[in-house]
Amino acid sequence: MSTILFFIAGFGVIAGAVGVVVLRDPFYSVLALVGHLISLAVLFLLLRAEFVAAAQVVVYAGAVMVLYVFVVAYVGGSGAGSPGDEPLGGVGGLGSSASNLRLAGAIAGGALLIELLIALLGTGLKAISGYGASYAPGPRTFGTPAYIGNLLLTRFLLAFEAASFLLLIAAVGAVVLAGRRGGLEDDEGGKLTPLDLIRPQGTGTTAEGVGGQHR
Amino acid sequence: MSIAWYLAISAIVFSLGVVGVITRRNPLVVLLCLELMLNGANLSLVAFSRMWGNGDGQILALIVMTVAACEVCIGLGMIVAIYRRRLPVDVDELRELQG
Repeated sequence: MSTILFFIAGFGVIAGAVGVVVLRDPFYSVLALVGHLISLAVLFLLLRAEFVAAAQVVVYAGAVMVLYVFVVAYVGGSGAGSPGDEPLGGVGGLGSSASNLRLAGAIAGGALLIELLIALLGTGLKAISGYGASYAPGPRTFGTPAYIGNLLLTRFLLAFEAASFLLLIAAVGAVVLAGRRGGLEDDEGGKLTPLDLIRPQGTGTTAEGVGGQHR
Repeated sequence: MSIAWYLAISAIVFSLGVVGVITRRNPLVVLLCLELMLNGANLSLVAFSRMWGNGDGQILALIVMTVAACEVCIGLGMIVAIYRRRLPVDVDELRELQG
């Protein structure tokens, strides 16, 4: 039963990944990635990583993909319609340079895949071909949220706090990057700081001293 | 199911992500392919965690998901900024840091 489920989910994972790479419209690429992520969550469940599977579906397939869909809708199909963003084997004769680059990319990826498969499945790592740890049911065993939470708040507390700080920095950075209203041209002159609201006029800022206006 | 099958799938997904990053020119799709590579790594991490029977690999997979979310956040912010400044949304055209 688990073997059948593994092959169904594995097919979904690989088909989703191929869809992301091959499909022309970025919107369809995002949808293919959603299918890929859900199939991957099934694989995580088969590996008894219940909390990671749930987080994958909720955080990735839920929140992050919604962000992608919004940005694709905002930017529009401008990327899809541009000449040259053809998928593998798309328009473009064999002689054109873009097609050659695409072929070179595919060859490089294939070489990397063969190398990885040799490294993973070849003679070097015989210990890999095992069946994993034994299964012991219970409320606090391997992979359950209680187990993960216990590890996160004891052994990996520093990584947990660093990840939360990183998320904060990323949120601030995204607002700074994308929240700009009118391009860079009038950027240096028009920025309003909280000090401008509370400071009365003519109180001797450096800008006034060199002849600039009070802002 | 032997662990090696999971590792094979993870290698295939990672290589597909590499091919996508190299060949596609829309930065949105490049970001999606980066996600593919991170997911391939995540799958092998969870498989190793299952193999050894302790949760370190799962914690590392969760941290990787967090870092991926941050990367998506910043990347999409940059794409929106690029789009607002009427620059071409194409990684081959964007060659200068100053824009």
